[in-house]
This record gives sequence, structure tokens and C-alpha cells, in this order.
Amino acid sequence: MTDLLTPPSAPAPAEQRPSLRHISPRTRNRKLVNSVVNVLLTIAIVIACIPLLLILYVVLQRGVGAIAIEFFTSDQGPFQREGGGFRHGFFGTFYIMVIAIPLAVIMGVATSVYLVEYGKGGKLASAVRFVTDVMTGVPSIFVGLVVYATLIRGTGLGLGFGTFVAGIAIALIMLPIVVRSCEEMLKLVPDSVRNASAGLGARKWQTTTRVVLPAAAPGLATGSMLAVARGAGETAPLLLTALGSLYMVTAFQGEAQTSLPQLIYQHARQPFPPGLEKAWGGALCLVAITLIFTVIARTVGARFAARREGM
Amino acid sequence: MTPAPNGIRSQLRGSARNRLGDPIFRWFVTTAGVLVLLILGVMILRTTADAWPIFQKEGFFGFLFGEQWTAGHTRSNDPAEMEGTYGALPFIYGTLVTSIIALVLALPLSIAVALYITQLAPRRLRNPLSYWVETLAAIPSIVYGLWGLLWFVPVILRPYVLEPMHEWFGNTFLFEGPVVSVNYLSAGVVLAIMILPIMTAIIREVFAAAPTDEMHAAYGLGATRWEVIRKVLIPRSFSGIVGGSMLGLGRAVGETIAVAMLIGGSQRMGASLLFGGDSMAAHIATTFADAWPETVLGLMAIGVALFVFTLTINVLARLLVWRLGRITGDAAV
Repeated sequence: MTDLLTPPSAPAPAEQRPSLRHISPRTRNRKLVNSVVNVLLTIAIVIACIPLLLILYVVLQRGVGAIAIEFFTSDQGPFQREGGGFRHGFFGTFYIMVIAIPLAVIMGVATSVYLVEYGKGGKLASAVRFVTDVMTGVPSIFVGLVVYATLIRGTGLGLGFGTFVAGIAIALIMLPIVVRSCEEMLKLVPDSVRNASAGLGARKWQTTTRVVLPAAAPGLATGSMLAVARGAGETAPLLLTALGSLYMVTAFQGEAQTSLPQLIYQHARQPFPPGLEKAWGGALCLVAITLIFTVIARTVGARFAARREGM
Repeated sequence: MTPAPNGIRSQLRGSARNRLGDPIFRWFVTTAGVLVLLILGVMILRTTADAWPIFQKEGFFGFLFGEQWTAGHTRSNDPAEMEGTYGALPFIYGTLVTSIIALVLALPLSIAVALYITQLAPRRLRNPLSYWVETLAAIPSIVYGLWGLLWFVPVILRPYVLEPMHEWFGNTFLFEGPVVSVNYLSAGVVLAIMILPIMTAIIREVFAAAPTDEMHAAYGLGATRWEVIRKVLIPRSFSGIVGGSMLGLGRAVGETIAVAMLIGGSQRMGASLLFGGDSMAAHIATTFADAWPETVLGLMAIGVALFVFTLTINVLARLLVWRLGRITGDAAV
């Protein structure tokens, strides 16, 4: 802090400049460096935008040839021959997701309700929060191993490979994503709404289920959809839990199941062009599914957040 | 809710269902929370218990630093009867090499992109740009693998990067040939694209949380944008940048399918980036279906080691970004 009470001494004589318009070489240098950095940063953003373009373009260009009615209505044939499709993969992915979504969403929403409405600053809530944070970073292949060890192997429950255990593996991958995004969304619901509900004589559970959750519903849907997009594209855990199949499997448990990512993986690792084309077709469908879910979720989520912030 | 017929008192007491609702609901959501903790506990205990014979047979250090991995063909889980040798070093090495390549490529780029989006971009472009870059995270791993294996590496990387590198620097140990399409570098470059969105998202949030008044003060003293970035923004967000890169590293270490398709799958531990190798996650995925029960235990041991690595990286990263509050971006990304 300078002492404001003493009168200012005469300013030190500045360097003698030829004129005020004169810019010292050092300043010019600084400006030059600054513009070089600006150019570099612009190049960086351009480079970062390219990969997505390339992926979308190539997948679309190569996959579009495989998309035909037959692709959705028949099971795979030999790799060397044209014809056949991924019906079993689409069905398997759908089946697995139908099992995984309720598990992950019910448990995830309940956990986030606990964290926001009941846990608040408690030790248990902090622990749960930390564990979900950590679980987002657990490699998906490890989740597959866990399900294999606990549910499939004889030393565990000995259920064998199948749709249900694959659904559980995918649910475990979705769970932390659901918890984290739903928690953020529940926090956006203003306390005044909770207080108003309590003021009208509602109990806490009524407030939560009839006021808070409906108010946050778009946000909860967002979180769940992001998790679905992530879960639908997972391959690694399915290799260890669903194992794979050459035809459509309708068994709930006990029969090895296949899915879209598994079929892409299997077709990509063989050398015959018809099979490769089907792999691209499968990739196109998978990208379409995940991107549609992600984009819808983000659009809804952004609007929801904006509306909440405004309240 | 219909008012009860017999006066105001019973209305205030509410029906039995409503009175019971609170403890039941509380119990339900708390159970869900505790279940999450239990799941993680089961994850660690069950896999470690299953992999224990392997650790007994090889010893922890023998497992981590053994250079020989031969699958055994027995159904036993008794260390004395197992046929195989289980040294996971080639896979640990491959994991480290590919992840470090990915980090070296993705870190400068993600910092630059985050800087552009937060400091330089026109206001109207900010959201669309971050949105576009972060959509990379929505692309499934298998699609990266397919795209890398059948298009990116043969069409772009091999003719324009791998072969020139080998031609110019082929006499150094890093780029010894022969040039094949699947190798550490191909896997690392595709990994870099995969971890770019999460790193960009976190570093962007860290920059957005930087003290604006200090930056304005620096501008007021006549600093150029670059000086503000270098002397105010970067130092003040340093721990966040480190945390973000560690989360990216954690992603890279755990990535399975894309790496499995691009790394080649050999047990050689070559110093050259153009050699094929194998990573821990990729080895589990590629050999699981054909593994005998004994070898499955070996794969579990790799899984446990992988889990410990990613857990350590993640916990450290979380502690670094902890002070910034919770970074919201990485749940979605």
C-alpha cells in the first residue's frame, strides 16, 4: 500500500522519446509474439475440429452401402459373401439396454436424491460422492471382469454368460454417469421450491417425489440419456459377459448373447470386403444411435440449465 | 389428498401411509447410496480374491516385472499345479507407452483449444466449438478402432507420418522399422484423439474459473493477451491442468477396444514406437474368449493391476481439481 497522504514527488524523468507516437522495439516484439500465439491457437482449434469431421465422413461414406432392409432383418452369414445382416446385434443391444437402463436409472436417481436431499454434508455422502467420481474412471474392461468374477464364474454365482449379466455390466458403467449428472441437475432446483412445498404441509418424501423430481425431470432425462449413449457403445465388458453369438438370442440368461459393438469388432478383424462393409454399416448405426442420444440430451440439458439459472 | 372427515386434528396428523412414507423413502435412497459403496468394495475384493493364486505363484513383483507371459492350459486354481508363467511387464509397458504418446500429443492441443475457446473465440462461437470438440467423446471406442484400423492409419498416418518418420529417423531407436500399420504410435495417436475431449472440457472449466479480476488488472497494466495467458492464467490454473491431464491419462490407460485393434498384440517390448505390442486392457479383451480357467485368473490379475493404476491416477487427479469444486464436464465427457 502506498501512503496516500504524502504529496507525490515529481515523477521520474521518462526516457527521452522522439515522440509519443514512437513505439519501442520491445513493445513491437511483444505484439508480434501475441499475434503469433493467436495464429497458433487458431490452428489448434482447427486441428481439434478435424477428427470428428473425418470420423463422421468416413463412417457415413463407407457404411451407407451396407444399409438395406436385409441388414436389419437377417442374422449374419459368412464373411466372404454378400447378404446377411446384423439383426441379432441390434436385438442384443436393445435387449441388454432394456435390462441395463432401469437398473442404472433407478439406482442412479435414488443415489443422487440421497446425495442432494438427505446426505447433504455428511461423511457417508462424501464417501458416496468420492466413490462415484472414482467409478467414472474405472476401465470398462475391469467392470466386465468384475461381473465375470462375481456372477458368471462358478466361484461367484455361476450364472453363466448371457443377456442379464451383460445388462448388469452395462448398468455398472452407466451408474456413475447417471449419479453425477442427476446430482448436478437436482442441485439446480432452487430451495425456495422445496420450502414452498414444505410450507404447504408436504412431507419430505412428498416434496422430493412430487415437486423436486418433476422439476428436475428434463435434467434427469438428460443424464440418463448421456449414460445410455455411453452404455450402448461399450464393447469391452460385453466381450467378457455376453461373449457373442451368431444368431438372435431371446434367452434372458444362460445363453451367450451378441450385440452391435461385438459384431463390428468381430467383422473388423477379418479380411473379406463384404464382412468389412457390414462392419462399417454397423458402425454407422452405432454412431447414429449414440450421437442422437447425446445431441438430444445436451440440447434438453442446456435449455433446462438455462431456465433454472434464470429462476 | 382428500381431507379426512373427522376434523382438523387428524388432517394434520396425516394418513398412516404418509407418516410411514418419510422413513421408508429415506431408507430407500440411503440404501442406494450405500449400495454404490458396496459395489466398489465387491469389485475390488472379488477380483483380487480370484487373482490371488497368480500373485501367490509369481509374487507381486514377479507379476509386475516378469517379462514372460505364457498361457497355461489347466483348470486348476492351485498355484502349484499351474503350467503358465505370468509376467505382465510387456502389457504394462505397452499401456504406458501408448498412454504417454497420447498425453504428449493431446495435452498441448487441449490447452490450446481451451485457451482459444475461453480467451479468443467470438462469443457466438464459444458454445458450438466446445460442443463440437466434446462430441468426440460420444463416439464409441469400437468406432475409433474400426476407423483407425481401416481408414486413418492406412490412408493418413502410414503414408504421411509413419513412413516419413522411419525414413528420416529410422537409425534412431525410436523409429526403427519395419513399418507396420499396427504399432504403439498408431494406437497412441488414436488414443490422443479419444482423450482430447475430456481434457479440453476440464481444462476449459479450469480456465473459466480463473480469477478474472487479476486478468483484467494485467490487461489494465498494458499486458498483451499472450502475457496474461502466460503469467496469470496458466500459473493460476496449473493444478487444474495437471488434474485434467491425469484424468485424460486415466482414460488412456483404461481404453480397451480401440487399442486392441491398433496396437498389434505382440509380447515384444520394443523401444521403437513403430513396433507392435500389447496393452493390459487390450490383452484381457483379445485373449479372454480362448483362455483356459487358469489363464483367466492371470487376466484377472492384470485387471486388478490395471484397476489399481487407474484408481491411483484418478484419486490424485481428483485431489488436484478438488479445490475448484467438482468439475461438471467430465461426467458427460
